[in-house]
Amino acid sequence: MSTAAVAVQGLRKSYGKVEAVKGVDFEVAPGEVFGFLGPNGAGKTTTISMLCTLVNPTGGSALVAGHDVVTERDEVRRNIGLVFQDPTLDGYLSAEQNLMFHAELYGLPKSTVGPRIRQVMEMVALWDRKDAKVSTFSGGMKRRLEIARGLLHSPRVLFLDEPTVGLDPQTRAAIWGYINDLRRSEDITIFMTTHYMDEAEYCGRIAIIDHGEIVVIDSPEALKASVGEDRVQIQTGDDEAAIAALRDRFGLEAAVREGQVTFAVASGEQFVPRLFAELGMPIKAVSVSRPSLDDVFMSYTGSTIRDAESGSGNAWMRAMARR
Amino acid sequence: MTSDAIAVRVPRRSAAHDLRALKVVLHREMLRFLNDRTRMVSMLIQPVLWLFVMGTGLGTLVSGAIPGLDFRTFMYPGMISMTVIMTAMFSAGSIVWDREFGFLREMLVAPVSRTAIVVGKCLGGAVVATGQGIVILALAGAVGVPYDPVLMLTLLGEMFLAAFTITAFGVMLAARMKNMQSFFGVMQMAIMPMMFLSGAMFPLANLPSWLHVLTTVNPLTYAVDPMRQAVFGSLDVAPQVNAMLNPGVSWFGAKLSIGLELGLVAAIGVVLLGVAVAQFRRAE
Repeated sequence: MSTAAVAVQGLRKSYGKVEAVKGVDFEVAPGEVFGFLGPNGAGKTTTISMLCTLVNPTGGSALVAGHDVVTERDEVRRNIGLVFQDPTLDGYLSAEQNLMFHAELYGLPKSTVGPRIRQVMEMVALWDRKDAKVSTFSGGMKRRLEIARGLLHSPRVLFLDEPTVGLDPQTRAAIWGYINDLRRSEDITIFMTTHYMDEAEYCGRIAIIDHGEIVVIDSPEALKASVGEDRVQIQTGDDEAAIAALRDRFGLEAAVREGQVTFAVASGEQFVPRLFAELGMPIKAVSVSRPSLDDVFMSYTGSTIRDAESGSGNAWMRAMARR
Repeated sequence: MTSDAIAVRVPRRSAAHDLRALKVVLHREMLRFLNDRTRMVSMLIQPVLWLFVMGTGLGTLVSGAIPGLDFRTFMYPGMISMTVIMTAMFSAGSIVWDREFGFLREMLVAPVSRTAIVVGKCLGGAVVATGQGIVILALAGAVGVPYDPVLMLTLLGEMFLAAFTITAFGVMLAARMKNMQSFFGVMQMAIMPMMFLSGAMFPLANLPSWLHVLTTVNPLTYAVDPMRQAVFGSLDVAPQVNAMLNPGVSWFGAKLSIGLELGLVAAIGVVLLGVAVAQFRRAE
C-alpha cells in the first residue's frame, strides 16, 4: 500500500477575477524530490500555500500525507514542514529559542526536544551559534536555521518555497547538500519550487508551471531528451535579416531570445561551419549549447524563464502591491 | 553528519498540547518584552510624565476646588489604567509585526488550535502590561496613596483584567491588519476617545448629558472606575470631594456595583477574544 505523499486534483485558486492557479493535477510519491518550476507569478507559491493549509482552494482537492488540506487541516499540519522564501523567524530570539518555540508549538515529547534540536542544528552547522540572536544572522544562516526548524518535528513532507533564492552560490550549494543528506537519513518527501533551472536538475521529477497551469511533468532527463536538439545563439548586425535568412536558406525557425537570435538544430557543432558559409551575412559571435532545462522550459512555454519574468506586467504589479 | 535521525512524533491534538502551545506563545511575549529595553523604558517614562508633570501642573490649577486632596491622587488610578492600556495595545500590535515579518505564519501552520495562540497572545499582553503597572503601583506613596496590601492586590487584579480585555481588543483589530502603520492609525483612533471618555483624566460627575451617555457606553469606563473606587476607598476624603471625584458609574440613576463593572469588563474581553479567534480561524 503506497499512498501518494501529495495528491492534487483540479486544484484552483482565484483572487477576484485573477486566476492564480487554473486547475492543476499531479501526484508526488513518498520519498520523491518533486520540483515546481516556473517564472515568478506562475502560481507556484499559491499552490504551495494551498497544500500547506494557509490558503483555501477555490476548487479541486488536495491530499497531503493522505489528509485533505481543507477538511483535515490539523492532520496535514502535523505531517508537514515548511521553509518559505521570506524568513519567518523571530529576530529577537536566539536560534535555539526559535527552535524551542517550534518544538513546544508542535508538542514534541519533552525528552526528545533537546537532542533533536541539537541534531538539526548540527546538520545545518549552526550549533555553535545557538545562543546568538537571529537578527545578527546573515540571509544564508537564517535560511539554514529555517530548514533546521522545518525538519525539527520530522515531517513526512517538507515544502521548500524557493529555498535558495537570494543566496550566494556557496550557501546554495550547502543547502542542496543538506537536502541530499536528508533524503538519505530521513524518510521524507520533498516538494520544492524554484525558478533556477540548475536547481531543478536535483529533482526526481519536475512540473513546469506557467500562467497557473502545469505544462508538463517528467524527470529532468526525459524532459531534456524530449527537446533533443541543440540550441544555437548568434549575434549579427541585423537580427531581422538573420532570422529571414535562416528561414529561407535552412528552413529553421529562429527568434530573438535574451537579445540574441536563437534557434534549435540537431548536431549544432556540425551545423556551425555551414551556417558561416551559407548565411550570407557576417556573424559576430556564436554559441552552441546542449539542451538544458532552460530549453525545455522554452520549448514548452515559448519563452525563456527570464523573458517570461521580465515580460509579464504581473510581476511588476505584484512588486508594487508588496510595498 | 549524524546519520540516525532521532525519532520524533508530533502527537495528536490534545488539551495538554494546546496548553503547551499557549504557554510558549505567552513565554515568547515576555522574552520579547524583556529583550526590548527601549520599549520598556519609554513605557515607564510615559506615566511618570503624566503623573508628575501633567498632574502637578493641572493640580495647581484646581488646588482650590478640591480641598484636602492632591490632584495627582485623583489622577493616580487613571494613570495606572492608561499605562496598562497602552502597554496592552502595543503587545497586541506585535501580532501585526509578526505578520509583517512572517513569524505569524510559523504559528498559523502549526497543528494547534487558533484559540491557544490567541489566548496565549492575550495573556502575554496582560502579563506584560500588569508588570508595567506594578511600577506605577510602586509610586503610590509619592502621590499620597497608602501601600495597603489589600489595595495593592485589588489594583493588581483589576489591572490584569483590564489589560487582558484591551489586548483582546487589540488582537481583534490586528487580526486583519497587514502593516504596523495602519494598525497604529486605527489604534490611535479607537484608543484616544476611549481613554478621554473613561474617567482616567477627569471625573465623570456633572458632565453634560451627551457626554455622560458616551462615557457609559465606553467599555474602558468600567475598567477605570473599580480602580478609582479602590484607591478612594483606602483614603480619608471628605464626602463632597468623594462625590465629585469618585462618583461611580450609574445606569438610569442606579449606581453599578464594582463586581458588576468587573464582570462587564471580563464579559467584553471574552467576546472580543472569541471574535479574534474566529478571524484567525478563517484561512485566506
